[in-house]
Amino acid sequence: MPRYVVRRLLIAVPALLGISVVLFSVLALAPGDPFSELATNANVPPEVAQHLRATLGLDDPLPVRYVRWLAAMARGDWGYSFQSRVHVDELILQRLPTSLFVIGSAYAVALAVALPVGILSALRPYSIFDQVATTLAFIGFSLPTFFTGLLLILVFSIRLDWLPFIYRADLDATGVRWVFEQARQSIMPIAVLGLFQGAVLTRFVRASVLDVVRLDYVNTARAKGLSERRVVAKHVVRNALIPVITVIALQVPTIFTGAVVTEQIFRVPGIGSLLIAAILASDTPVVLAITFVYAVLVVVFNLVADILYGWLDPRITYA
Amino acid sequence: MRDEGAVLPAVGDVIGRRGRTAGAGSLAREAWYRFRRHRLALFGLVVAAVMAAVVIAGPFVYRTPLDEIDFRAKLQAPSRAHPLGTDDLGQDLLARLLYGGRISLAVGVSAMLIALTVGVMMGAAAGYAGGLVDHVLMRVTDLFLSLPQLPLLLLVIYLFRDYARGLLGPEAGIFVLIVTVIGGLRWMPVARLVRAQFLSLREQDFVHAARALGAAPPRQIVRHILPNALGPVVVAASLDVAAAIIAESTLSFLGLGFPPDIPTWGRILFDAKDSLDHAPHWALFPGTAIFLTVLSINYVGDGLRDALDPRRVIGR
Repeated sequence: MPRYVVRRLLIAVPALLGISVVLFSVLALAPGDPFSELATNANVPPEVAQHLRATLGLDDPLPVRYVRWLAAMARGDWGYSFQSRVHVDELILQRLPTSLFVIGSAYAVALAVALPVGILSALRPYSIFDQVATTLAFIGFSLPTFFTGLLLILVFSIRLDWLPFIYRADLDATGVRWVFEQARQSIMPIAVLGLFQGAVLTRFVRASVLDVVRLDYVNTARAKGLSERRVVAKHVVRNALIPVITVIALQVPTIFTGAVVTEQIFRVPGIGSLLIAAILASDTPVVLAITFVYAVLVVVFNLVADILYGWLDPRITYA
Repeated sequence: MRDEGAVLPAVGDVIGRRGRTAGAGSLAREAWYRFRRHRLALFGLVVAAVMAAVVIAGPFVYRTPLDEIDFRAKLQAPSRAHPLGTDDLGQDLLARLLYGGRISLAVGVSAMLIALTVGVMMGAAAGYAGGLVDHVLMRVTDLFLSLPQLPLLLLVIYLFRDYARGLLGPEAGIFVLIVTVIGGLRWMPVARLVRAQFLSLREQDFVHAARALGAAPPRQIVRHILPNALGPVVVAASLDVAAAIIAESTLSFLGLGFPPDIPTWGRILFDAKDSLDHAPHWALFPGTAIFLTVLSINYVGDGLRDALDPRRVIGR
């Protein structure tokens, strides 16, 4: 097992390098030097711009620039935001807690919906409950989050006036009042993201339980006289959840990028809305850093999924 | 197991004893028979077909111009003059939705075709050649799979938008850019599917027979292996159309897709989202259009999966 983890880690390194090459090439191929906001600024005299280009190393050959960029990224030196003139990593760390709170809660909601609904559906396939659940799940993952978000705003903020539709990181309230206000403003973003993800996961859970429930050993368990509860909890669900858990890990990056849209709708000040703002402001260092953060998330959670799978499923051995 | 029998004669047909058209016909008939039993898929097919027909034929029948600005009629709810109401410039929403629908559907289908072409070529090359080629191509596929889709989509469009506009004009440039990027980030599942099919099919007797009879690799691939590998690809393709429509709408909704004078459904939603309180119809119609299209295409994909997967036993 430890050897497997190490080997898997060693595969993750070239994956990250590959992604960094792709990202850097995209930037290098892009017309008009996206890194050179200062150097191409019309207010900067040409001699100064030339000097800037030289000090920033923009005239060096591409491989040299790539290695320098990669080394800087690895050292944690992610450069300055063109827009707000602060370190990019500071900017991201500032926004990250809000994103993590919304995404984490949304994922909890998704699991709280998907696990019971998926399991119950699969235990009674083609029952009324199953048909309603599968249809709702199908509708749920066909509904784009930007539309669900607007619908919720329309109903709960505009028609009913129950919930605020702008998320504020700096609530002017304290104590119980703060908790209440925080809950009120978080419900909609979390629901939009959580229900969409819940719909996707419900389908996985249902399919996975269905695969297991027909197997012989489940019949054996019943024939032994175990109670239905025990059969389901100990024999069916435990085994059915192994692939589900890997899917849960694999979906983490998806929910992060899904949060870009949700954060934008509700103006949640997280890294997703930072990404959009940075793109609209041509703030290349920030755009690049956030894209790289997302890429790291993908690689890390692929790794987590693989390791979890190996750990949970005793049939898998690593010779 | 009657279902497996339905595929095997068709495989025989490819080798060429019985007439090929009759075989293909019976395979298609069998698939249609299975597809029809999926009620919602049939319903989805009808809805998708109606949507396509309406956006293609609509602008010929409904002649109200889509960019006629009339400030006296701005933000009006649906009325006789404007069946779906107007936007903040008093432009007719129905005309804009019909035009935008054409673009949204065109983006969906073109991006799917790109994803399909790249995916089939990569998968076929990897699966047929095997060995080093397979290894390299699959590593490339893995690399693309681990790219963060939405951020990269945003990044590429942000960087190349002006360039594409300058190269091909404002409309065609953005269209080609968006379609290429969406398609270029969605071919990996197809490549994997095709590769897996090729790996097993190239060792089947009928392919060996074709090889023994002197068929060159391109002929083996195109005539003998590919037709038998298409089932899962068709399913993936239909779902890709829906995914591409969502991707384009998401981009436009974030303000990074089509410019305001090209009213795709996502773009209309983007423009409408700040007027939700006094003109909800402006957002509701394009949102519903996206939702209905995506839902019906997804159901068609679901039905195709039932129809084309011979191992799948359908109930009753």
